[in-house]
Amino acid sequence: MAIVFEKTKGLTDKPFHYCPGCTHGIIHRIIAEVMCEMNILDDAIGVSSVGCTYNNYEYFACDMVQAAHGRAPAVATGIKRVHPGNMVFTYQGDGDLASIGTAEIVHAAARGEKICAFFVNNAVYGMTSGQMAPTTLLGQVTTTSPFGRDANLQGYPINMSEMLATLQGAVYIERVTVVDFKSIQQAKKAIAKAFRVQQKRLGFAFVEFLSTCPTNWGKDPVDSLQWIRENMIPQYPLGVFKGKDLEV
Amino acid sequence: MSKRVLMKGNEVIAEAAIRAGCRYYFGYPITPQTEIMHYMALTMNKAGGTFVQAESEVAAINMVYGASAAGGRVLTSSSSPGISLKQEGFSYIAGAELPAVVVNIVRGGPGLGGILPAQGDYFQATKGGGHGDYRNIVIAPASIQELYEMTVEAFNLADKYRMLVMILGDGTLGQMMEPVSFREKEPIVIPEKPWALTGRKDREEHNTIQSIYINPDDLEAKNIELQDKYKVVSRDEVRYEELNTEGAEIIIVAFGTCSRICRNVIRQASGIGIKVGMIRPITLWPFPTEVIAAAAAKPETRAFLDVELNAGQMVEDVRLAVNGKKPVHFYGRMGGNLPGQQEILDRIIKIHEEGK
Repeated sequence: MAIVFEKTKGLTDKPFHYCPGCTHGIIHRIIAEVMCEMNILDDAIGVSSVGCTYNNYEYFACDMVQAAHGRAPAVATGIKRVHPGNMVFTYQGDGDLASIGTAEIVHAAARGEKICAFFVNNAVYGMTSGQMAPTTLLGQVTTTSPFGRDANLQGYPINMSEMLATLQGAVYIERVTVVDFKSIQQAKKAIAKAFRVQQKRLGFAFVEFLSTCPTNWGKDPVDSLQWIRENMIPQYPLGVFKGKDLEV
Repeated sequence: MSKRVLMKGNEVIAEAAIRAGCRYYFGYPITPQTEIMHYMALTMNKAGGTFVQAESEVAAINMVYGASAAGGRVLTSSSSPGISLKQEGFSYIAGAELPAVVVNIVRGGPGLGGILPAQGDYFQATKGGGHGDYRNIVIAPASIQELYEMTVEAFNLADKYRMLVMILGDGTLGQMMEPVSFREKEPIVIPEKPWALTGRKDREEHNTIQSIYINPDDLEAKNIELQDKYKVVSRDEVRYEELNTEGAEIIIVAFGTCSRICRNVIRQASGIGIKVGMIRPITLWPFPTEVIAAAAAKPETRAFLDVELNAGQMVEDVRLAVNGKKPVHFYGRMGGNLPGQQEILDRIIKIHEEGK
């Protein structure tokens, strides 16, 4: 019988530990697929961060290292400087990248570090049970903003893509989501473009994924996808913020 | 040995690192060690390596973590407040068993403290500083020549044991100039690193490097493995210098800059008929416990005097080694001040008189 579908070789056989309806699994798969399609799996070195994806070094089939909280872009910098010909990427959540790790991501971008940063934004700390993140929406209820995020007390969400796009060293920045087939295809294209930017040594590439957290949002998987469409996209519009006309 | 050249301590560290095959340096400016960065910025690219001025000490140590995980020989350097920031990274480096060399040119603390020489980071360097059960090899040179030779050795030790080796200097060693003789060829030993991240290439399995073990049995097993390694280091890598300890009635214990002052005190004491010797720990961890214990057991040894540029830190390890067999006295100065020879000699005369 002809094989019509095969799991990507970019992922190991280790079963994911993610909650039902969490879109980390989709994002892992499409990154792995792109690495296989671009034939870079054997050159790739990934950096896992701290949060729900702390152990995705067990999932991606390329060489992987686990970094301290927020420090993945610095670790990736060290790796890339030793192996400039390899493809180096980070995989970070919003607590990791947009809170404790803001200095590292900003300066990796400013240096034009030739790495890809994959930023998964689900507007909440997932692993530690749903605390407010820098990306939490105004009014959003979390375990540390139980009455809803109040701008007066807790400030405003950080739009990382827009912020990083102001830096000269960042050459390609796009925000995508993975709520349906069409958006997943667009996300795959963004991942591939980020890797091509790195292959051509043009500078820093960044893809932000709007992602679900059904467990901590208290929503079922389908409602969670809808919540991204209705609530997250208005705050975090999809699109290319840097490198729109970049041909790679 | 080639001809002697006059160089500043900090520059010698950088030169030694490059000679030792270090090709990656990540640092952040802080007095009194910044000349290491300046030297690296000038020479690292020419040596075929990479110099990166990081955005913080935290970033610098994590760049070290990445470069080491990728198989590189890598150095970072800082001074006390910056080293405090790097402690998180030290713990991860220990947990992931990565080789790395870190230089701490110690200044006075706590807090922002001052910029003059001190030894107040002894506890932090030898007892941890970061979280968890781990050890770093800590080497305390006392001259520019030793800074050179021990920096080279530090890289070999780091690779041999896959652990962090710290060169613990102080502002005096970093800033002063002395003649140094460089070898024609360095005794570089770089083992194979099959664990390093290079891209999977032809390997069947991907390499992974991490310090997390969620299963308690796995984490305990990892800890036991680390402790076994530390036992080997404790057994095989203790270094110290003994000076005039044969027949000495008072034994000084001092390291680094402080030991240089004490060296002269020994001569002065001899001139007035007091037999004083010195044990100079060169590795602060592993600590030369046995040699101090052996000296304490000698009948002619009447007392120890520990001299440090702090409020009394190494003296705790000296007391553990002496284990109550003989009195252990302490003399220290802080804040960037150095003790004069006469201050130490007065203390020795007092101990000598008390013992009569």
